[in-house]
Amino acid sequence: MLKLLEGSQAIAQAVGRCRPQVVPAYPITPQTHIVEALGRLIRQGTLSGARFITVESEFAAMSAAIGASAVGCRTYTATASQGLLYMAEALYNASGLGFPIVMTVANRAIGAPINIFNDHSDSMSQRDCGWIQLYAEDNQAAVDLHVLAFALAERLSLPVMVCVDGFVLTHAFEPIEVPEQADVDRFLPRWQPRQRLTPDAPVTIGAMVGPEAFTEVKYLAHLQLMRALDSFDELSGNYAELVGRTVPALSTHRLEGAETVIIALGSVTGTLRAAADELAARGQSVAIIGVTLFCPFPYERLAELIAPSVRNVVVIERSFAPGSGAPVTPHVRQAMLGSRARISTVVAGLGGRAIQLTALVELLSRAAGSTLPALTFLDLDAELVRQEDERQRPGAISVSTDSLHLTDAAPLTDSVHATDSSIPTKSVGASA
Amino acid sequence: MFEVRIHGRGGQGIVTMAELLATAAFCEGMQSQAFPSFGSERMGAPVAAFVRMDSERIQVRDPVTEPDLLIVGDVTLIPHLDLFAGVRENAWVLLNSSSTPSELGLSELCARLGPGHVVCLPATELARRFTGRPMPTGALLGAVAAVVGVPSLESMCSALTDRFSAGVAQKNAAAAAEGYRLVRSEVGADA
Amino acid sequence: MNQVTTKFFQVGSQAVGNRLLAAETRTDQSDPERANMLNSGHRACRGCGEALAARYVLDAATKAAAGQLVVINATGCLEVFSTPYPESSWQTPWLHSVFANSAAVASGVAAGLAAQGREDVRVLAQGGDGATVDIGLACLSGMFERNDDVLYVCYDNEAYMNTGVQRSGSTPPAARTATTEASGAEPGNSFGTGKDLPRIAMAHDLRYVATATVAELHDLEAKVERAMSLRGARYLHVLVPCPLGWGSQPADTVKLARLAQQSGLFPVFEAEYGGVTSVLPIRRRVKVQDYLRLQTRYAHLFGESAPPETVQRIQEIADGQIARYGIPVEEF
Repeated sequence: MLKLLEGSQAIAQAVGRCRPQVVPAYPITPQTHIVEALGRLIRQGTLSGARFITVESEFAAMSAAIGASAVGCRTYTATASQGLLYMAEALYNASGLGFPIVMTVANRAIGAPINIFNDHSDSMSQRDCGWIQLYAEDNQAAVDLHVLAFALAERLSLPVMVCVDGFVLTHAFEPIEVPEQADVDRFLPRWQPRQRLTPDAPVTIGAMVGPEAFTEVKYLAHLQLMRALDSFDELSGNYAELVGRTVPALSTHRLEGAETVIIALGSVTGTLRAAADELAARGQSVAIIGVTLFCPFPYERLAELIAPSVRNVVVIERSFAPGSGAPVTPHVRQAMLGSRARISTVVAGLGGRAIQLTALVELLSRAAGSTLPALTFLDLDAELVRQEDERQRPGAISVSTDSLHLTDAAPLTDSVHATDSSIPTKSVGASA
Repeated sequence: MFEVRIHGRGGQGIVTMAELLATAAFCEGMQSQAFPSFGSERMGAPVAAFVRMDSERIQVRDPVTEPDLLIVGDVTLIPHLDLFAGVRENAWVLLNSSSTPSELGLSELCARLGPGHVVCLPATELARRFTGRPMPTGALLGAVAAVVGVPSLESMCSALTDRFSAGVAQKNAAAAAEGYRLVRSEVGADA
Repeated sequence: MNQVTTKFFQVGSQAVGNRLLAAETRTDQSDPERANMLNSGHRACRGCGEALAARYVLDAATKAAAGQLVVINATGCLEVFSTPYPESSWQTPWLHSVFANSAAVASGVAAGLAAQGREDVRVLAQGGDGATVDIGLACLSGMFERNDDVLYVCYDNEAYMNTGVQRSGSTPPAARTATTEASGAEPGNSFGTGKDLPRIAMAHDLRYVATATVAELHDLEAKVERAMSLRGARYLHVLVPCPLGWGSQPADTVKLARLAQQSGLFPVFEAEYGGVTSVLPIRRRVKVQDYLRLQTRYAHLFGESAPPETVQRIQEIADGQIARYGIPVEEF
């Protein structure tokens, strides 16, 4: 039944209906509402027999999940940001040992500087840990992805990370349909582990592997992870038959005939679609592709979506590693090897900075006009950066080529924000 | 699409008000969305929340920059923040205060938005009277129903019942009804 | 359960054969049908105290649990020498995760078994002193305070042995390690540092805390049996000499463990809910140098250029331990 729900509550309900048996929990903003809700479900007996463990750190949370999964229990936990890093060693261990743990990552920036708001630097920092990564575009997708995640994890014996934008999705209320218990039970049967710790048939798990076998182990792990591409599509299809809706690995909007394609992950996709609609009303054709399955990356499927006639591809990145760059663009380039399209990167929304519709409309328009530089930091305060850099060392860096200030919206916190009138947009406060 | 921005301080129920408004709209068969500007758990700090209502599915998720309705739950914020940034032509502004708009220094805003569009209501006093607690939520929701008309007062009460226990919901519904009545009479007199 | 025939060797008067005792008072180890959970074929050093202790503890625990035991092992010597892929010398269900988390993994296992209604299956977590006292302390303390149904066993050889003998929070004062060289004003590990894990465990008011060594097999097995008869978080700390790290003779492993207890440096006791309930008496007290001289990690304390007062300081520590635990000394 469709209800107006907070994202976190809906996710907790969905996870609850997947009947996890052990939920280790450690709090971190902005995932707390999820684990609290699950704790309540377990304590009230709604999830009978399940165990809720309040552990002493995120590292302990993932470790306890490993233990529970090892004896054959369906296991779930949630974290974000610093917490995800703190359990990094255990993440690799979980995937290396093949435990189908499902975890929500309420995407939040990584410090220093400490920041509690949304961006993708946390999950992106763990691209290599061997977990399947899914990104939700809205809260309905977040709910459906958790159910799909358990099925996918248990089919492949691999852990799955469901990434949900912190605050933007977790704390947003919107109409959401949480699948009925009967439907979830039908879709997600009792887990049959391929092996587990039991005195009935002792096994040694976690042996030391030397140079003579390590490469083969890694190769096999890679093959297994790649199977998620087909498995996700198949499970997604099965889910659709059951509940009448599903989540595709790649979503498309106004793809037909578009010469400019924008690629993005997570909640910004919705605002991008609205921006594309506005442009369409003006006769400009821009398509939006949303990436839900990020790891393993769907190279072929993405390449198939981008017609040879596409001239501009823009990747919206919600994280950026100093010195390394943006994480999604190289995947897109790889998918588009041989294509003649211009690929541009736009870094937006770092540390929770709002990505305004007006800014995106302007951005998409420039993209369509092939005037975007290779790398853009949306709404960078170029003057502030210039001042700071000059203060620290003489000789200003050139920031003007990679920044684009498109939004005048006054931040709704403590200070009045002076507008930058170098680029003509709507001005604030004064009569129109 | 109808966009709302609500300002207040942490602990005044601003986020809950947004949630209730979105629920009320949903009750009437609309698509709706509500979210806070940030969620650091700190009492007294300025907080904003946003609501969108539409007949079509809502795709955007960015903060509301051009509200059709602005609710100010705590007028002590006025000197410190540019609360009225982006307020549209013909928008409504609803303020929790026992003073008049001109006493609050908002004559220019009144002139721009037109008669009956800037409304003050002593919501905290109403709340204290009907619920015993200084949370202006219920009264302000009633006021919204009165000035905007949609969602209706009935839907607001429905949302309250959904969210709170019977006793709490009933008291807030009473505050909402009184807020509605007061504003209708005030706006009715101006219109 | 025992897939390989257990081999017994005649080793002289210090054998654990117990042939002169009544059957029911003999040790589990003397039983040809013992579980032998750590089977032969592992790659431990000659005279490894940890390999010995692990077999003693797991066999006793398996018997006490009627065969229903799951074991979680931290990274370290024991894990490394017992599971060289594709071989494993474990006959028990066994999992190694990472260095710091065996206690947390065990907590998850216990919760999982409870969720499955299988509380008949018991959980044992084990690790060396590095894994327990240093890097794994947060997870251990968490397991303790939640009172999760796990028996944690620490095999203490007083340094990070598997990585090349580096100092840990369990390394005793004056001991030479690769990171506490025998040079400078205070050669070897510093005095006034280190953690006493049994007392930290007691500070959590655990149902049962005990220390033991590989020298007293009956005592060790009895403590494992006692621990396994109880539920909730329990802790066992076993002193296990390491010939390589201590610079001792492989044949002296059991002897050194005995000397450690008889000098007073390693008190052997039991505690419940934070209070000491039993203490193993010192049957024949020895001066600390009788113990220290057998280990080259203390060689710099003896000889012409040795600082004279260090041995005396160590003797004072031993005296202090005897006083603190009220260890009865039967003969001096």
